[in-house]
Amino acid sequence: MPDDKRVAVLGAGMHPWGKWGRNFVEYGLAAAGDALNDAGVAWTDVQFVSGADTIRNGYPGFIAGATFAQALGWTGARVSSSYAACASGAQAVSNARAQILAGLCDVALVVGADTTPKGFFTPVGGDRKDDPDWLRFHLLGATNPTYFALYARRRMELFGATETDFAAVKVKNARHGLENPYARYRKEVTIDEVLSSPMVADPLRLLEICATSDGGAALVLTSMEFARRHAGTDKLVTIDAVSTVTPRYPQTVIEMPNFSTDSAASTSTPGPTFKQSVALAAYEEAGIGPEDINVAEVYDLSSALELDWYEDIGLCKEGEAERMLRDGDTTIGGRIPVNPSGGLSCFGEAIPAQAIAQVCELVWQVRGQAEGRQVDGARVGITANQGLFGHGSSIIVAS
Amino acid sequence: MPSAKTRVPAIDGWFTLDDDAPTLLGSRCTSCGTYAFPKETFFCRNPGCQGKEFAEAPLSRRGTVWSYTDACYQPPKPYVAADPYVPFSIAAVELAAEQMVVMGQVVPGVGVDELSVGTEVELVLDTLYEDDEHEYIVWKWKPVSGGSEVSDA
Repeated sequence: MPDDKRVAVLGAGMHPWGKWGRNFVEYGLAAAGDALNDAGVAWTDVQFVSGADTIRNGYPGFIAGATFAQALGWTGARVSSSYAACASGAQAVSNARAQILAGLCDVALVVGADTTPKGFFTPVGGDRKDDPDWLRFHLLGATNPTYFALYARRRMELFGATETDFAAVKVKNARHGLENPYARYRKEVTIDEVLSSPMVADPLRLLEICATSDGGAALVLTSMEFARRHAGTDKLVTIDAVSTVTPRYPQTVIEMPNFSTDSAASTSTPGPTFKQSVALAAYEEAGIGPEDINVAEVYDLSSALELDWYEDIGLCKEGEAERMLRDGDTTIGGRIPVNPSGGLSCFGEAIPAQAIAQVCELVWQVRGQAEGRQVDGARVGITANQGLFGHGSSIIVAS
Repeated sequence: MPSAKTRVPAIDGWFTLDDDAPTLLGSRCTSCGTYAFPKETFFCRNPGCQGKEFAEAPLSRRGTVWSYTDACYQPPKPYVAADPYVPFSIAAVELAAEQMVVMGQVVPGVGVDELSVGTEVELVLDTLYEDDEHEYIVWKWKPVSGGSEVSDA
């Protein structure tokens, strides 16, 4: 891949996920510090700060780029602040990459962090009858797990997925995350434990729905030329694609926070679904296909949703995800391990940090530094994720 | 004792208050015929259409279940829950004519065991919550009694 189409990842850093209850800036600062150390780059050499925003921490959260820049000490670096719900991190990576590829800077720092409340995510407060996200709670009582459960039930009825399959995803991810120092939950669970945890949104149980967590993640991205000079080597970890696509009309799968799908009444046959198009765009940009992927980090907001992603990122055909799971293909040691980090299952969701954290894990995987969870021979990895209202997020990392 | 409370829609303009045969009120682009729910008022969602005028479109009263779940735990505000909380089912329902899927709560007393993909349901009105003076009404899906189940698999 030519240098004008990719950027180098010189550093990756994270603050452990948990329920620490401290200011989100602290987590972002810790992650940024680790990423800068990992890169061997001084903060004062960063020319562009790309913040992934959170709406849960007041005004500083909405302008996270500058918030982190101030916390690191004002240097006059250029800044951007991105909000795209769960895909905020991908937007921040995309902005930094665009600046580098445009030749406007050589060194960029991407940071995202969050402090979350306990329990269900809730919409922005007030009486907001023009906001679908507010209205779906008010008129339907539809929480995020409601939507995850609709997809899960559909898998069961169309493809014969079982509750045991969904539980097996959780069991796999719990095992993957055991040795991950950044994971919040590091405990093995059994199928029986999953299946005896309380039902939240049938068929999904408490242990199958991702928690809300505090955490932070950061990356140091640079131009290829800078990276070669700085690292003194051609062996670099690169970001070869960043997909930030929106859906194509008509979107015929119900998506959070909507009340309805688009109508397909007046158009020709729908193309790929949104989730499929997210990864397709990344593959196209990187000039590779699913057959080139060694490892994937996907957004397992629920155990069942991970199975949807196997198909949507092209690891198998529609309806074959359960077989992949049962055959152990997606377990570390299998054909294409998925969520070796432990995924959201072990992390819980720290929204603006999550898409960045997925990239951190792939960086460590392709470097061979993912101690206790290393995927043998990992060279190319893909992330997949999706932000509320139609923000696609998929990033391809290669070494 | 009959309720002396005034029945008002929980949201204005999204459905009719016709108890016998309520309908959801969507919109239809006068240029390309695309449906939307809730109503679209200023742009057509079809990227191939420049339409800016929309007719109110009562949506099909019957459809088939695309998928379904329930809310075992009380949803957070701004949901207004009864005390004590009573779990309810939720369905995403496919409307054939409009070729779209519309969400709704399922009427009280219908659990997930009584639903499946393809179950035929119809639109009814029910109380979402009430205060001292008003009953706030919302649309819900109700399995068609004695209706046959069709599979869309």
